[in-house]
Amino acid sequence: MTEGAEVLALREFSVRRGDLPVVDRVTLSVAGGECVGLIGPNGAGKTSLMRGALGILPHEGRASLAEMTPRARARAAAWMPQAREVAWPVTVETLVTLGRTPHLGLRGPGAADRAAVERALHRMGLGPLRDRIATELSGGEQARALIARALAQETPLLMADEPIAGLDPAGQIRTMEVFAALAGEGHAVIVSLHDLGLAARHCSRLVMMNRGRVVADGTPAEVLSPANLSAVFHVRAHHAHTADGPVFQPLGVTGEG
Amino acid sequence: MWGFARASDLIAVAVLAALSPVGGAALGDPAGRVALGDAGLRVSLADAGVRVSLADTGGGAVRSDTGGGVPAPARVVSINLCTDQLAMGLAAPGQLLSVSWLAADPRSSAMAAEAGRYRLNRRQAEEVYLMRPDLVLAGTFSDPAALALLRRLGLRVETFAPVTSLRGVRAAVLRMGRLLGREGAARAEVEKMDVALARLTPPKGLPEKTAALYYPNGYSPGGGTLANAILAAAGFRNLAARTGRTGAGTLPLERLVMAAPSVIVTSHPYPGASRAEAILRHPALREVEKTAKVVYSGPSWVCGTPEVVKAVAQMAAVR
Amino acid sequence: MSDRRLLGALGALLLVLFVASLAIGPAGEGFGASMRALFTGEGGPIVAVMREIRLPRALLGLMIGATLGLSGAALQGFLRNPLAEPGLIGISGSAALGAVIALQTGLAAAFLLALPLAALAGAVIAVAVLMALAGPRGTALTLILAGIAVSAFAGALTALVLNLSPNPYAAADIVFWMMGSLADRSMVQVWLALPFMLTGSVMLLSLGRGLDALTLGEDAAEAMGVNLARLRLVLVLGTAAVVGAGTAVAGAIGFVGLVVPHVLRPYTGGRPSRLMPASALGGAAMVLAADVAVRLIAPDRDLKLGVLTALVGAPFFLRLIWQTRRAGR
Repeated sequence: MTEGAEVLALREFSVRRGDLPVVDRVTLSVAGGECVGLIGPNGAGKTSLMRGALGILPHEGRASLAEMTPRARARAAAWMPQAREVAWPVTVETLVTLGRTPHLGLRGPGAADRAAVERALHRMGLGPLRDRIATELSGGEQARALIARALAQETPLLMADEPIAGLDPAGQIRTMEVFAALAGEGHAVIVSLHDLGLAARHCSRLVMMNRGRVVADGTPAEVLSPANLSAVFHVRAHHAHTADGPVFQPLGVTGEG
Repeated sequence: MWGFARASDLIAVAVLAALSPVGGAALGDPAGRVALGDAGLRVSLADAGVRVSLADTGGGAVRSDTGGGVPAPARVVSINLCTDQLAMGLAAPGQLLSVSWLAADPRSSAMAAEAGRYRLNRRQAEEVYLMRPDLVLAGTFSDPAALALLRRLGLRVETFAPVTSLRGVRAAVLRMGRLLGREGAARAEVEKMDVALARLTPPKGLPEKTAALYYPNGYSPGGGTLANAILAAAGFRNLAARTGRTGAGTLPLERLVMAAPSVIVTSHPYPGASRAEAILRHPALREVEKTAKVVYSGPSWVCGTPEVVKAVAQMAAVR
Repeated sequence: MSDRRLLGALGALLLVLFVASLAIGPAGEGFGASMRALFTGEGGPIVAVMREIRLPRALLGLMIGATLGLSGAALQGFLRNPLAEPGLIGISGSAALGAVIALQTGLAAAFLLALPLAALAGAVIAVAVLMALAGPRGTALTLILAGIAVSAFAGALTALVLNLSPNPYAAADIVFWMMGSLADRSMVQVWLALPFMLTGSVMLLSLGRGLDALTLGEDAAEAMGVNLARLRLVLVLGTAAVVGAGTAVAGAIGFVGLVVPHVLRPYTGGRPSRLMPASALGGAAMVLAADVAVRLIAPDRDLKLGVLTALVGAPFFLRLIWQTRRAGR
């Protein structure tokens, strides 16, 4: 994978729900090696931006992924919806293997597919759980299995919608570290999240959305400015650079928030 | 709505036929206990989803005749296909006011043309009552609610059970004669019938032939039924009764094919389609029909009236 | 259990039941003579019994059972709901309505294919209504409620059409259409249903990978390259083709598509792609077993097949509802 190659390009990109634009003329480019945190208050349009970019939602403007055939797109971008759905009692290994769907030939999973599944299981520490029934796992374990599924897809771009919601602190940190490591290997990751502290620590770039628009795009330090925080999130925060990396802690509510 | 009434009434006839089981034969047909009717067509009760209360069977069947001293009724209404035909055959002019509408249907009634001269009723208690009859004739399987209501209103109701033998036909004719005060006409009918039947009796020593009764849904009356009696009178053995089965029941097509009977008695399909009749077009049956004669049983097979002579004649013709 | 062993075991069971279905009947001829008659065409009337009565009956049991099992597994996979079953949610009932209309209007008599086509049309309408009311995002409850409504409506219209028929036997056919029976069918019905069933089965079996992906939900499946619109269309048409054809020739036989996938799911790792072929074999085995049982229990009475499948299936259904309730869906 060429580091820095563009994996997602949105230009004048809008998604409407009825007449109302939920994503409003967004232009955005994401390249390999970036771990992009997509932040914004509830209803800012984060989910719609990602789903629209994949072509799952009808949209206007240009979205590079949506222009591909479904199969090519599925090899270019993996998507982890927020809902953690596992309909049938499949094993963890089977579940992760589903991530290979876009790569499968007529004969089913081959050696390359199995290797990819092994890598994903290993990265998420699921080795001991591989034969367990996914629907009987704890919430955190299930979330890890679903992330492993997306990893097994081995796409240049991974998009995840609030993947750390509902995880315990260790699970949240581990998940963000996996995303950051993926970026370090040249993949691009776009992850929406509400924990600004984790976003500040693990993302190389933040995109802040409000009312369907991108209102800030840059390094965490640039985006999490007091002015932006107050205008978009209605909070003030403590932001410091320590030996352990950036520390960000919202402190109180400003204005009508 | 007409279609509705029609279909359900025809089903009722079919059900009546289905219910003409062992009763008559088992009871030995004592005089005065008359059985009536055994239709060629039949729909199993469960299939039809029809519930017929058997509650008043006994009471209706054993109602004894009234004897000759009572003045003959002048306003008679019949609400049963078989009593309709018995009454039409015997009643004095003007005595019979109304018969059921089924009596005018040529597919189920052997006297459809005659029935056209009478007012046709839909077998509802209200319309019957309003005709102010002094005698109501019904079958033992007529709607028990309607009969009970008519009796409560003070009307005299006489019920006839399904006939299951030729002896039963004679008894039914004679009983109807007594009820209508037309004993002479009844005796003449019975004599005429006996003469005709005697002429149709096959000569002794003929090898026995087997006939299969085969109707929609594979219905095949067994022993102790009017159809069985008709076959016997013409010198046939009824395939369904061969295994000792009596009354209503079905004959598996396989058994019919294996037995290869010399005659198959069946019915003409009704207009409109039904899955029940589809069996009559089964290729395996067609195969049997290549070697067997096919007889279509008509309305003369349905009721225990002198008309059964025609049914016996039909069978004798293919003997 | 590996796919090969599972399918092998089911196949062996199926073979035994198929032979039993051929061997058991009121004709009372020996096994050897019956089989000789079937294969050589010699032996008198038993030939017609074997070739015209028993063979079509066994074949139809096999075909209808297989397609019911298959379509049940496919529907459940698509709706991600173990309660989905063509008979239960009104697809069979609507197919029966289509068939009855074709028969009563005389269309079926005028044009042979009108019967399965009309049943297919009835089934398509039912599946489309159900998808609209309780598509994949609907809950189990919505699906069952929608199914009850569709079933009741189709059943009422079927009864109406049959009651209005000038044929007195038509009303008695209501039970046949609602409970189903394989009694006294002929090769005509086999040939009538076969092309629809083959086409529909191929369509449904082709959906395995997409249905597997749907385990993770619609969004995830779509993002993995599954064309959901196409999958839905193929599923609707495939289900309608097999259920329509089966119902047109043998009435609505319920619960097969519910019981069989439920029993086999644990042996197939929960994956729809593996469950579908297994359910096809299992469904065929269940219907053949039920049809043999019908003949053994009441040889002279044409006990309706659906009565037996419902007796087995309804307790399963109750258990599934109980499980679904506990799972809090």
